[in-house]
Parts: sequence; structure tokens; C-alpha cells
Amino acid sequence: MQPVIETRNLRKEFGRKVAVADLTIAVQAGEIFGFLGPNGAGKTTSVKMLLSLTAPTEGTATLLGRPLGDRLARARVGYLPEHFRFHEWLTAAEFLDLHGRLYGMSKAQRDEAVPHLLALVGLTVRADTKLGAFSKGMLQRIGLAQALLNDPELVFLDEPTSGLDPLGRRLVRDIIKELRQRGTAVFLNSHLLSEVEQTCDRVAFIRDGAILRTSTLEAFEEESFPVVLRVGQPTPELLAGLAIFAAHVSLEQANGRITLHLDDEAQLPRLAAWVIEQGHTLYELTPMRLSLEERFLKIVGEDASEG
Amino acid sequence: MSFLIFSGLTVREAQRRRILIVALIMGLAFLLLFAVGFHYVYLQMEKDGVTGGQQGEIITSFMLTAGLYAANLLIMVIAVLVSVTTISGEIDSHTIDALITKPVRRWEVVLGKWLAFAVLLAIYTLFLAGGLMFIVYLRAGYSLDNVPAGIALMVLQALIILSITIAGGTRLSTLANGVLAFTLYAIAFLGGWVEQIGALFRNEAAVDIGILTSLIMPSEILWKKAQSIFQPQLTSNPYTAGPFAISSQPSDLMIIYGAIYMIFFLVFAMWSFTTRDL
Repeated sequence: MQPVIETRNLRKEFGRKVAVADLTIAVQAGEIFGFLGPNGAGKTTSVKMLLSLTAPTEGTATLLGRPLGDRLARARVGYLPEHFRFHEWLTAAEFLDLHGRLYGMSKAQRDEAVPHLLALVGLTVRADTKLGAFSKGMLQRIGLAQALLNDPELVFLDEPTSGLDPLGRRLVRDIIKELRQRGTAVFLNSHLLSEVEQTCDRVAFIRDGAILRTSTLEAFEEESFPVVLRVGQPTPELLAGLAIFAAHVSLEQANGRITLHLDDEAQLPRLAAWVIEQGHTLYELTPMRLSLEERFLKIVGEDASEG
Repeated sequence: MSFLIFSGLTVREAQRRRILIVALIMGLAFLLLFAVGFHYVYLQMEKDGVTGGQQGEIITSFMLTAGLYAANLLIMVIAVLVSVTTISGEIDSHTIDALITKPVRRWEVVLGKWLAFAVLLAIYTLFLAGGLMFIVYLRAGYSLDNVPAGIALMVLQALIILSITIAGGTRLSTLANGVLAFTLYAIAFLGGWVEQIGALFRNEAAVDIGILTSLIMPSEILWKKAQSIFQPQLTSNPYTAGPFAISSQPSDLMIIYGAIYMIFFLVFAMWSFTTRDL
């Protein structure tokens, strides 16, 4: 099956500044793809290139199998911009109707889609309110509705939850889940990692304009299994002996906790038995799962948090 | 035909932002002031018994020309003000992002906005210039020659400044764009006067400077052309037309040049907006 997004060595320079150095990714149909990176990593520039707001300096890409900038492809794409500012003198319903017309939808299609989407984002009662009177969260909701008007095959969401309260975030999560069920691919730009963790199938980490790593969330789970161990009197012999279970064993002097990375969960009972056989008192044996945030910091590097 | 969506949107914006209603009310106030002023001047002329002869015609024509001159200036300023933020403002605020990622061509945004403003400015020119002429005709029975052609030249002049402002807006910030448009207008204005005074004293260098500025910005020259076809006899004589005299007759070629100039900047604006990064 053809990917909905496929890029090869996409690069963007602004004068001497390299915003995106080398973007090579493939997003499959129906996939929820998280695009993660610190501020200034090149996330928004990447999205702008894919949507032809900005022309790439080098490289090639296709969107829904068509070259960048193709209008037929754009008719099947939805986009919520990061800076969602809309014409504030339009009412919510007029705004959606306008964007429906820009998608080339007929009057009948718009009359059906607009009330449905207003209901989806919880703004039915605000249909005739001008956008100028909307809060940031409401603007983001109407922006989201605008991105779904054409029943797209691919939706770009650039920081969709950054302005939202917890209820709004939940709404976005629910909409993404619904899109997944419908088979719509979602390209989610975000630095709210807990959101990504709950919604995405696969993530790419970007820093300084280059992809550091792309992986499914499942693969992360499988790749290593950190465990924290606390025993009565950790001896150097114990630490040396633990090397048969894991290559990296570290002891935290302050609290006596030993961290090691097992290959899989099945080693856990054997580890417990071995520690007791060696005559140690076992106080704690805790399997740890790295949250996406911890992985992000590990992969992207804590020093890159400022962009 | 998506550009018509943008035209409709632009007109709706002008209406919602109360540009149309304020322009209408202030335009009416402008015409009312002129009507009252002209009425009293003409009343005095009637008392003095000078309405029939050449003197009466000169005074009537002078007042109407002054009114048209002020209206022309107002139309130029409004042409810049309404269009100066239309592209650059939407780029700065990112409202454009969600619009042009739809299956539309970028040039359609430019053409649609231009068309909407062009129609509004044409209507406004007709309203102000036609209103002034109508008032003078009602009160004094005086009418100008070549009214449709003259008003068309005033409209062309407004469309030239509109095209330049929209073209500037695709690359410049709103303020820089305003500076560009008004400065070009001022250069043309000054050059026009240098040319006329130069012609009066038969100084070729001064006339050449005027012609050069007309090529850089053919707005003032079109106004002068409009004036000279409105009142062919009176305006050619500095003693009957005073400061509005046209000693150096604008060539008909300038009309063609002005039209090409306008189209060039419109096409440039469409190209410039299509090729820029957002």
C-alpha cells in the first residue's frame, strides 16, 4: 500500500540557517504518526513543506501519492495550523461554510457537514457567534472542525492541544481515535508527549532539522526492560554477578538502588531467585517502563530542551 | 473560479469591519459640504449677476475641479488604506495558512482580493465624482465633457495604486508597504506639478522630470488627463484654470501605459505571492 506521506532527503534552508536538514519519512494510510522534537527542531517547517506553504530547498516528497503542491492531493488533506488565527468577523458556521467552499464542496455537502462538525467539537450553540468572541480553546476547536470538513484521508495537526484545557485535550484525543477508526492518517506535531503516547502508533524524533529515530511505540516497549533492585547490603561481588543478567548495572549510592536493563520480562523470577541464593535480602524488585517523555529526553538529549 | 470566493470574502470583510458604511456616510458628508458651499458661492454669483458669462463658468468650473481634486485624493488614500493589510496582514496573522492549504491556487487569493477592491473603488469613485458633478449640474446647470471617459481614468488611477499596494503586500510588511505606496504617489504628484510649471515657463528639463516621474508612477498624469478631457478649453489656459491648469498635455499613450502598468503589478503580485514561503 502506498504511503500517504513519503519524503526523501527533504531539506529547507532560510538563507544560511538550515531549518530542516534531512527529512526522510514514510507515513502509512490510517496511521497516527507523532512528530516529536524540541522547539525549533524543524517540526513546523517540515509540515509547511508538506503542505506547500514553504518550498523545499532540496529533496522530493509525495502526499497521497502525488507531488507536493498538487491540488487534488490537497483536496483530500486537512490541516490545523499551529498559529490558528481565523477571520474573526466570521461566525463559526460561516467560517466552516467558507472553508467548505474552498474545498470545492457543494452547498448540500456543506449544509450537511457544517452542523455535524460543530456538534463534533461541541460548538453547536456557538454557530452564530463571531470568531472574534471565541476563546483560544474554542478557536482551536473550530480550527479542528475546519480540518475535518472534507472527510480527509490525511490530517495534519500542528500542536493541536497546546491551547486547550484538559477537557479540550480529551476532545482532541477522542477525535484522533475516531479518525483512526475511520482509517484517516494523522500527522501529529506535538511536544506534549503524554498526548502522543496515548494516541500515536509510531513516532519520529527530530532535532536540529534531522530525524534521529523513527519507531513504533510497541517496539520501544520490547527493546529493553529496566528493573530497579534494592538489597540489604550491596557488595561489589553482587554487582559483578548481576552482569550475567544485563550489560549495564548501576548503583545509586544515596539510596542503594541498583538499576539494570534486562532483555525481557522472563528473566525477572530468575533474577529474584539468584539474588536470594547469593544470601542477600531482597527489599525491592521493580520493573520500570520508560515513559515516552523519558525516551524523548534520552533520544533528543536533555541539553536540547531549548530551541 | 475560486478567486470569486476570495472576492466575496473581501467584500464581506469590508462590510463587517464597517469600512463600507463609514465610507458611505463620510462620502455623503463630503458631498453635503460641497453642496452647501457651492450653493452659497453660486447664490452670491447670482446676486452679482455673473452666472451667465465666462467669469461664472470659470468660478463654477474651479469649484467643481477643486471638489474632484479632493475626491481624487480621498480615493487614492482609501485605495491604499483598504488594501495595504489585505495580504501582508493575513500573512503576519497566519489567517492565510488555513486558506491556501485548501485546493486553491495562490494567485486566486490575490486576484480575488484585487477584483473586490477594484469594484468597490470604482463604485466609490462613481459615487463621489458623479455626486459632485450632479450637485453642480442641479444648482448651476453646468456639466463637464466626456464624463464616462474621465471617471474611467480616475478609476484606472485608483486601480494602479491598488495594484502597487497589493503587490507590495506580498513581500513587504504592512507599514513598509504603506510607505512605498504613499511615497510613489507623492513622487508622481510632485513630478506632475514640476512638469506643469516647467511647461508654463517652457523649461524642457522640468517637463522631462515630470514625464519621467509619470513613467515611474502614472497616477497623477491620469488625473491630469481626466481633468483635461473634462474641461478641454478651460484647463488648457492657466489664466482660467489657475492651479489646475494643464500646460503640458498628457499624451493618450499614457492611458495605455497606465493600463499596462496596472496589469503588470497585478500579475507581479500574483506571481510574487505564489512563489514566496509562508
